[in-house]
Amino acid sequence: MAVAIILLLVAIASVVFHLFSPWWWTPLASNWGYIDDTITLTFWITGAVFVAVVAFMAYCVFRFRHKEGRRADYNPENKRLEWWLSVGTAIGVAAMLAPGLVVWHQFVTVPAGATEVEVMGQQWQWSYRLPGKDGRLGTTDARLISADNPMGLNPDDPNGKDDIVVQNDDLHLAIGKPVKVLLRSIDVLHDFYVPEFRAKMDMIPGSVTYYWFMPTRTGTFEVLCAELCGAAHAQMRSKVVVEEEKEYHAWLEKQRTFAELSGQRNVAKAAYKTGSE
Amino acid sequence: MVDVPYDTIAGVPPAEVAEVELYHPKSWWTRYVFSQDAKVIAVQYSITAMAIGMVALVLSWLMRLQLGFPGTFSFIDANQYLQFITMHGMIMVIYLLTALFLGGFGNYLIPLMVGARDMVFPYVNMLSYWVYLLAVLVLVSTFFVPGGPTGAGWTLYPPQAILSGTPGQDWGIILMLASLILFIIGFTMGGLNYVVTVLQARTRGMTLMRMPLTVWGIFTATVMALLAFPALFVASVMLLLDRLLGTSFFMPTLVEMGELTKYGGGSPILFQHLFWFFGHPEVYIVALPAFGIISDLISTHARKNIFGYRMMVWAIVAIGALSFVVWAHHMYVSGMNPYFGFFFATTTLIIAIPTAIKVYNWVLTLWRGDIHLTIPMLFALAFIITFVNGGLTGLFLGNVVVDVPLSDTMFVVAHFHMVMGIAPIMAVFGGIYHWYPKVTGRMLNEALGRFHFWVTFLGAYAVFFPMHYLGLLGMPRRYHDIGETAFIPASAHDLNAFMSVAALIVGFAQLVFIFNLIWSLFKGKEAGGNPWGAASLEWQTPETPPGHGNWGKELPIVYRWAYDYSVPGAARDFVPQNEPPAKLSPQGAHP
Repeated sequence: MAVAIILLLVAIASVVFHLFSPWWWTPLASNWGYIDDTITLTFWITGAVFVAVVAFMAYCVFRFRHKEGRRADYNPENKRLEWWLSVGTAIGVAAMLAPGLVVWHQFVTVPAGATEVEVMGQQWQWSYRLPGKDGRLGTTDARLISADNPMGLNPDDPNGKDDIVVQNDDLHLAIGKPVKVLLRSIDVLHDFYVPEFRAKMDMIPGSVTYYWFMPTRTGTFEVLCAELCGAAHAQMRSKVVVEEEKEYHAWLEKQRTFAELSGQRNVAKAAYKTGSE
Repeated sequence: MVDVPYDTIAGVPPAEVAEVELYHPKSWWTRYVFSQDAKVIAVQYSITAMAIGMVALVLSWLMRLQLGFPGTFSFIDANQYLQFITMHGMIMVIYLLTALFLGGFGNYLIPLMVGARDMVFPYVNMLSYWVYLLAVLVLVSTFFVPGGPTGAGWTLYPPQAILSGTPGQDWGIILMLASLILFIIGFTMGGLNYVVTVLQARTRGMTLMRMPLTVWGIFTATVMALLAFPALFVASVMLLLDRLLGTSFFMPTLVEMGELTKYGGGSPILFQHLFWFFGHPEVYIVALPAFGIISDLISTHARKNIFGYRMMVWAIVAIGALSFVVWAHHMYVSGMNPYFGFFFATTTLIIAIPTAIKVYNWVLTLWRGDIHLTIPMLFALAFIITFVNGGLTGLFLGNVVVDVPLSDTMFVVAHFHMVMGIAPIMAVFGGIYHWYPKVTGRMLNEALGRFHFWVTFLGAYAVFFPMHYLGLLGMPRRYHDIGETAFIPASAHDLNAFMSVAALIVGFAQLVFIFNLIWSLFKGKEAGGNPWGAASLEWQTPETPPGHGNWGKELPIVYRWAYDYSVPGAARDFVPQNEPPAKLSPQGAHP
């Protein structure tokens, strides 16, 4: 009796915890509300199955526990019951999988008008790069990385001259504009993770990965690294600021391009060289 | 409908099993240390696995202390925390669970359950254990080398695993890879034994479809392990070469602490594919033996035949096969081609169907049973709850788009601890309480056992159920200290502290269990040959504990499946597998 009640209480406590948990997902700040909906649907289906299985078990323990003289039934198979249970399970699984795949299709299909933004991870900081007036990002190569060129931009690529480089600072994005985030790493795996955006993808040295989303709420959001990247993994932080178009452009105006940054250093270097000779 | 188990018509095939020429030990050393008897090897495997498991338990305490009370314990820093999680994970998955289920339960139960005298290659079986022990010692040695054990996470992803930003880059990672390579060599020697023994050394009448589900589970898991471990072997060798010789199997052009390295042209993703081609079957290598054990515990202690035996066997085989085509569901956000997601989400969710069938059949076995709430039965019930819970959260993570926000958060940690930590360990405990009387001839203490059960089950549930919600909140995994983070409320820290206290209590309950194992060896109640009234063959040995060669002069003859409980018309509520049907004398059976 006690055992049956405790088993049932485990199921009830789980449901109560779920309903009253103060720990729940962060308020959404992107277009991925469909992901939240799919999670909610999955909670309903799996929750019902969990409660049903545990309640059935608790009932069996209560009803068929050993008593003097009880004898179990002899019942090796019941094809029809097993068949129905399999079909029912398949339907439940399909009900979760189908919407999941539909939303995944949206997730991997980047809209044509999306702006490209590059995020680069390295132990243990984030850098950002935005295309300049030409709307295109220049090429990069890890071999070109130096103190003067920390993101490894190709100086011979004309597309890269007007790229805006943001180092040791927050990334700003305009609200309501779809963004294709290009993800790059120069040392180990990292993962650009902003819980409020729901989206997430590893960055791998040697390749460029991506995801897309559209900011739907202004505010400042914390960036974390979600893929173990060594000793200071937990301290690899940054911020994304989502703001109205006008403020975004004001911020953009203040940023420096790759040409400006590297040009200045070249000037400084040339002067030094002349002086020493 | 009753045609599966009770086919008296088929009778018993002629004696196909030749008597084996057994190796007979001549001294104490060859009897108890360098033993070739599978039962002794099983005990050696089990004790070693549990000993290294205690190390993993202590590591989990240290992790929980840090997570529950960050900053309080000055002797734990970020590097050590990463080393603790890495070693804890590796030990639990490979050196404890895999070794205990296959090397421990497999060695003890396979020959006894199929009616063999021993494993078919006893000498190789002995070597298997000693190589395993060596692997464990190499693993333990990493705690004492300069730089300590590797902190790369149990997944050992390159480039991070072999670069200087990760603790244990000097010696830790090298010895870890060497230890894995040794483990796989040792396992292969044992695994070939288990498979060949099941296929070739079954006694007369023990058809495949009469085998207990424990044997089916261990057998299928072993076949899978023999196919999956080579992928890890190859990955380990190549990673070792990258680290030692500077090859670039997994290493693209990259910068290490601001300096360009000589690496170039390799693929970090390739390692992940190899790792998970092993890693996902590994989940079922641990789960299938647990499935088998739980089926047998439920049937025996509910005094009822397992429901849907044939479906249970096919479900085990189907899960085993499907688990080889789902590996990349661990890599949805790894940066692999996103279109893989459609395929792997579909295969992953399909695997839920045979798994669900198993759960239904367990609970349907309870229906109209005669349920004895013994300790093995309690552990079996707890297994079902934790396994169903963890399996259902697998439907979140397997469904590719749902995985995106949840991956790499505490939700994942909670999920895999529930489904392949707590649930299989419930099966291990249930199995130990169930078979300890056969191994030692004595019962484990009942009161200590019940205390151990309730604290472990409810405590572990209290640790891991709420943990899902921290993940839902967005708390990432493998953070030694979440620190000041805007979206993490103060209450989350309180929840972490609560989970840590629960984890410490659960940990101490395991000391009670260890004490029980030792105390009952000397003071436990005499068990007799078949204390649970079980029908399967291992309980019908002429001696308890079974002697060398298991069966005395003559091998048993099997006439029925392992689940003849409460057969209508039978005098007792179980009929042993080797009891001839009333109308059929053993002599008449083989022409």
